[in-house]
Amino acid sequence: MSAITDNSILEGRSGTFGRLSDFFWRNPKILLFLMLAPPLLWLGIVYLGALFALLLQSFFSIDEYSGLINYEFTLDTYRQLLIPSNFDIILRTVVMAALVTLASALIAFPIAYYAARYARGKWKALFYLGVMLPLWSSYLVKIYAWKLILAKEGILTWIFAKLHLSWLLDGWLSLPIVGGNSLSISYTGTFIVFVYVWMPFMILPIQAALERVPGNLIEASADLGGHPAQTFRYVLFPLALPGIIAGSIFTFSLTLGDYIIPQIIGSSRLFIGQAVYAQQGTAGNIPLAAAFTVVPIVIMGLYLWMAKKQGAFDAL
Amino acid sequence: MTTAVLFDKVSRHFGAVRAVDSVDLAIVEGEFFAMLGPSGSGKTTCLRLMAGFEQPTDGHIEIFGETAEGVPPYRRNVNTVFQDYALFPHLSILENVAYGLMVKGVAREERLKAAEAALAMVKLPGYGTRRPGQLSGGQRQRVALARALVNRPRVLLLDEPLGALDLKLREQMQEELKTLQKSLGITFVFVTHDQGEALSMADRIAVFNDGKIQQLGTPEEVYKRPQTRFVADFVGSSNVLSPIFVKRLGYPARYASLRPEALSLGQGTGARKTVTGRLVATNFLGASNRLTIEADEGTRIAAMVPASIAVPEQGSGVTLSFAAEDLHLMDDAA
Repeated sequence: MSAITDNSILEGRSGTFGRLSDFFWRNPKILLFLMLAPPLLWLGIVYLGALFALLLQSFFSIDEYSGLINYEFTLDTYRQLLIPSNFDIILRTVVMAALVTLASALIAFPIAYYAARYARGKWKALFYLGVMLPLWSSYLVKIYAWKLILAKEGILTWIFAKLHLSWLLDGWLSLPIVGGNSLSISYTGTFIVFVYVWMPFMILPIQAALERVPGNLIEASADLGGHPAQTFRYVLFPLALPGIIAGSIFTFSLTLGDYIIPQIIGSSRLFIGQAVYAQQGTAGNIPLAAAFTVVPIVIMGLYLWMAKKQGAFDAL
Repeated sequence: MTTAVLFDKVSRHFGAVRAVDSVDLAIVEGEFFAMLGPSGSGKTTCLRLMAGFEQPTDGHIEIFGETAEGVPPYRRNVNTVFQDYALFPHLSILENVAYGLMVKGVAREERLKAAEAALAMVKLPGYGTRRPGQLSGGQRQRVALARALVNRPRVLLLDEPLGALDLKLREQMQEELKTLQKSLGITFVFVTHDQGEALSMADRIAVFNDGKIQQLGTPEEVYKRPQTRFVADFVGSSNVLSPIFVKRLGYPARYASLRPEALSLGQGTGARKTVTGRLVATNFLGASNRLTIEADEGTRIAAMVPASIAVPEQGSGVTLSFAAEDLHLMDDAA
């Protein structure tokens, strides 16, 4: 065999690939450039470019009579956002997104905590499967399934009846705002489905954050006299916060932008996503649709800025 | 003499593994107690049983006369310096040190003052505003110490606290820990696998192996009169001689320990015992040479001789001698 020689410098691999490897080894920056150029071009032109075009559209206005776009810079469209019927849509969406985020975080944390601290081996695999499995099936199928579950004749109503708790359900549905004829056409139903559908996006980042918290920090807190609640408050929660923020970015922004769930489950009152869909589709008011789209972007920007000010990313 | 920590036939099993196997132990208040042993010998589990991170499978633990089983760590007046320090990365150094006082509800001003004083005690005054990530290993070690001591614990547990430091720093910290312990009068329980560290720092040493205490005594006792072959070998890597060999030297047929430094080159004068063999290895250790001879029976014996003495040629016949009382017969029958 000639693979082993006494030479102190081994001969280079022959062929183009061999020479290329040597070249890139000597010029790592060129390799980095070649690897980054395509995605950066894509991100820069297609993605950011489109976003910029959209932003631009929101500063145009529509001619009420001809329905044509007037390409003159104006803040008129933004003023339209503030009229009560439009502002209600924004408020409704933001409140829903905030509640969905809060509920997701509350439900996700114990699950993520279990997965990060206790689940080992096959239980860990089962956890990932359980969290990811719903993501593999169609979003529409899940929502329609929920429509059946939440319907007046659905299994949930049946379960409440069997448990002799119909009064509870009826009482809830008779409440203003959150109530309705049945769960499937109430805000409560919309809320439940949002929480269900976005849950994995909250669980996984929290789990990843908790996974990185060394177990001995929990022990150190207890050792220094920290009760479990204090350990959570002063050690676990601050260290998990980047994960919770990451998860909330998903749940919050996905809820802000979704237009299918509130259309299938809930009242007929619009959410931002539906408003965008209606404005750029049937109404043909692209500037207003664009202005509506800017709202979640601004809200997310504010949210992240506040999170950063609160020191949510200090533990990163 | 008050007993600080008492173990009465304490066991901790993890499944089939007996990490701690029926250990009896009484640590006296104010002493510097070392638990020495190789990894997996149960010494760290014993420490965790004292801290409350583990609960005994069997047996009884008392801390200053009070039953400790079922008492969570946060209700024990015992603090731990963790092996990798376990400083809170999201808190400043001062907040880290003040943590124990904060969770106990000490007013902010008071606890920060106490934390500052604790930092001064470990020679890190003015470091309070930094983050753990900005400190070196040695500095973090001191912060961990200050964080534990600021609570004025009755027992301080140290889990291989010097393991991650380089030699120079380790020696310096050994000195400081010892001084600190003497001035504070707090009971220190120190876990280490480094026999030199245990010998130089501890008032008493418990040598662990396989979840059991092999020997408990002062450093001198453990070093000079090892009770088992394991202790002889682990503490100071003594020559462990077989019963046959020992009998031939004129002693009862039992295992015996013979310290390398008890041996000297040549016949010596007076009534010294001698062993002869062929020199098989020489290791230069700076101040001394470590000579290994193969005695006639195939037994290898190491001797520590001053570097100033000329070393015989490799492979040549060598005679070593030792004072009769330096050979220590062990209890270990097996």
